[in-house]
Amino acid sequence: MTAIAASQQSRLGRVMKAIGILPVVLIITCILLALYEPRFLRTSNLINVLRNASFLAIISAGQMLVIIVGGFDISVGAIVALTSVSTALSMVGLSTIGIESAPLIVLLGCLAGLVPALVVGIVNGFFVSVMKISPFMVTIGTMTMAAGIAGYVTGGTPIYDMPELFTREIGRGRFLELPYIVYAAAIVLLALWYMQTQTRLGRYFYAVGGNEKASRLSGLNTRKYIWLAYILSALLAGIVGIFLTARVGSGEATLGSTLMLESISVAVIGGVALKGGVGRIQMVALSAIFLSVLSNGMSLARIDSKYHIIIIGLVIIIAVAAESYRENRRSRHV
Amino acid sequence: MNATSTGPGEVISPGTPLVEISHLDKSYGAFKALEDMQFELRAGEVHVLFGENGAGKSTLIQIICGVQNYDSGEYRLFGETLTGLTPAVAHEKGVSIVFQEFSLIPEMTVEENLFLGHEITGGWRLAKSAMRAKVQSVLNRLGFKLDPAARVSTLRRAHQQMVEIAKALLWDCRVLILDEPTASLTDQEAAQLFDIIEQLRDEGLGIIYVSHRMPEITRLADRITVLRDGKYITTVNQADTSEKELVQLMTGRSFDSFFPQIARNPGETVLTFEDVTLQSGHAKNLSFSVRRGEVLGFAGLAGCGKSEVLRAAFGLEKIATGRITANGVALEKHNPRKALSSRICYFPSDRSTEGLAMHQSLTFNSTIAALDDPVFSRRKTLLNRRAERGFTEKMIDKLKIRTPGLTAKADQLSGGNKQKLMIARGLSREFDVFLFDEPTVGVDIQAKLEIYDVIKTLTEEGKAVVIASSELAEVMHMSHRVIVMREGRIVGELDGEAVTESAVLSHFFDHDNKSQAEEQHAS
Repeated sequence: MTAIAASQQSRLGRVMKAIGILPVVLIITCILLALYEPRFLRTSNLINVLRNASFLAIISAGQMLVIIVGGFDISVGAIVALTSVSTALSMVGLSTIGIESAPLIVLLGCLAGLVPALVVGIVNGFFVSVMKISPFMVTIGTMTMAAGIAGYVTGGTPIYDMPELFTREIGRGRFLELPYIVYAAAIVLLALWYMQTQTRLGRYFYAVGGNEKASRLSGLNTRKYIWLAYILSALLAGIVGIFLTARVGSGEATLGSTLMLESISVAVIGGVALKGGVGRIQMVALSAIFLSVLSNGMSLARIDSKYHIIIIGLVIIIAVAAESYRENRRSRHV
Repeated sequence: MNATSTGPGEVISPGTPLVEISHLDKSYGAFKALEDMQFELRAGEVHVLFGENGAGKSTLIQIICGVQNYDSGEYRLFGETLTGLTPAVAHEKGVSIVFQEFSLIPEMTVEENLFLGHEITGGWRLAKSAMRAKVQSVLNRLGFKLDPAARVSTLRRAHQQMVEIAKALLWDCRVLILDEPTASLTDQEAAQLFDIIEQLRDEGLGIIYVSHRMPEITRLADRITVLRDGKYITTVNQADTSEKELVQLMTGRSFDSFFPQIARNPGETVLTFEDVTLQSGHAKNLSFSVRRGEVLGFAGLAGCGKSEVLRAAFGLEKIATGRITANGVALEKHNPRKALSSRICYFPSDRSTEGLAMHQSLTFNSTIAALDDPVFSRRKTLLNRRAERGFTEKMIDKLKIRTPGLTAKADQLSGGNKQKLMIARGLSREFDVFLFDEPTVGVDIQAKLEIYDVIKTLTEEGKAVVIASSELAEVMHMSHRVIVMREGRIVGELDGEAVTESAVLSHFFDHDNKSQAEEQHAS
């Protein structure tokens, strides 16, 4: 009997090791919240949580890629703002030059809106991978510039007059009860999951972050993968920018200002190691949901929003401390 | 690539030259790593590269496998003259290397590491089952019991070494380079590796084997190329040479003239260890004393705990039990500040991470430990730049530091001159005890002799000197007393005339192992 108990315990231990503590914490948080505040379980509220989690998951997925290759992307929040402005301006511009078809305006506007994000990603990647400048400084620089450009172009006032198709359908429309952003997030997550587990590219991201020198000795073009991570991160931030613009209905230079910190928090809580080489998209997705549930719960409980950030800060520090504790214990075993 | 070149897997008759190098030069800044180098590797031979640390062995193999490029000369691989070789191209042509420092990604599994950079794919997807099958076949062939799904960071060092070797042999290769592959293996694992190497040689591979362990060389080598100081010395057949000749070729002179005669005037005891055990467990039950006017040497294999002893004396290792006493005062809660004020000076083996501020000037580095001395600062606050400059100039002169100038940065100096700069810092204030951890690692012959001279001067001035070195000849010939360590314990202490190579070596290994090895040797 003791033998059975022992094997069960070890199986539980294995399962815990595989999935980690986050799903458990998430479920407990949801149960407590549902008991304390039944409004949490209303469909409209759950969809609201899911929508926020989707925004967060997409931008954090990009952050995750960059952290895996051993970097850091401070500029994602500013990219959201820049994309918001460029998308809105493109759509307004396209309609003033006489294009009638709304779907065409939306499509071209979104594509044009992503161009500045792409440029920022290329610049970030260039300075980090080729010039070997600290990612922290490079992305602080591009963040400041992107925010400055967005502010300058709009002159501080929001840009309206985008097609209804964009603001009403994409921003507020639903498919099978769920907002479009949820599907977008699902596609991004699936694609990244496939990349991380099934493709060479995913494996090389891990390798470069795990030991850059060893990767180079194995014949990898390490620059290329680092560069690519920054480009993907910027593009994902750009996609978030487009959906947020549609949601608020105007192009704004202040959009997404909190997303930089939130994306890093989500990645870290999701077990992405700041030293690089470690991180799984599933966990990042769970972490995004967890953070959204947490904020939602605090709002429902009418906790002052100033306390929100205090509590979230606490959660981040606990997550990082837990990671380094695990790391220390493991290295002691070897 | 050239279509006419032979691809990996093609049978090559034994004796065909695979690697031919002639008149090759390579320098890092002012430091000449290789000068007029020549080397030839034939199919079906084990060719040992033999030389001291810093002789240029690593640079040579890095050039062969494309990690480094060279300045001038010729490198022919499989009969083709090559320029701009990269690791990827070298690998594709069939050159595999097992590095001394591991080139594995710790957070990835064995299998992922083996295939890194050369994954098998079916379209977009990784062909995981095909890779698993290939891994199994290679591990079976090598007789390694490894779990392909295990994370590398959880493996022991010996197993990580096996992964490195399996990685090199996963693909057809014709030139295999092994850089001190047995450094972290047990005897049994090493024996297994030798069998594999012999098997591969019989299959027609050319094997370059870097080592300075004599028994391995006698067992494996067909030919031996000796390097010294970045220069080609000679290539000999293993059958026609002796251990003695090889060592003489390697060092370039007989021991008697190479090492200085240091006068021995044992004075008072300045440092004592009483039954000290370190918290890390790297050294246990240490008891010994250090006296003025003599050199105490610590010998032993890498990882035997000798550097930890020096680190403990300087307060860099925590002590679990026992007592360290300096000048009659027990050092409780020992730390480097206390060590300095007890007049103990320590020279770490890793000069770049623990020793020097690489981006700062010579002057900065030579006086940084003595800035609280009234000679260099007024009321311990305002720096006396002129005194600093004067001291540094004096030291450059005295220690013959070769430098572009006082304002040169530490990392502009060669290995030997960095070491001398550290010694200059040691001389910036009054010390009684000088601890040298691997004093001449990565240092050229000339600088080595000058460092030995400094040790001689210090000792004869009545200082106490402690040396820990993996270079047996160095400890033996520099020390008046030698303490031999094995697996963290002191296993022997030899004094004066009793310090002989065979006496030290007999302490290096367990007697059981030793007799076993001799039996193997005889059979």
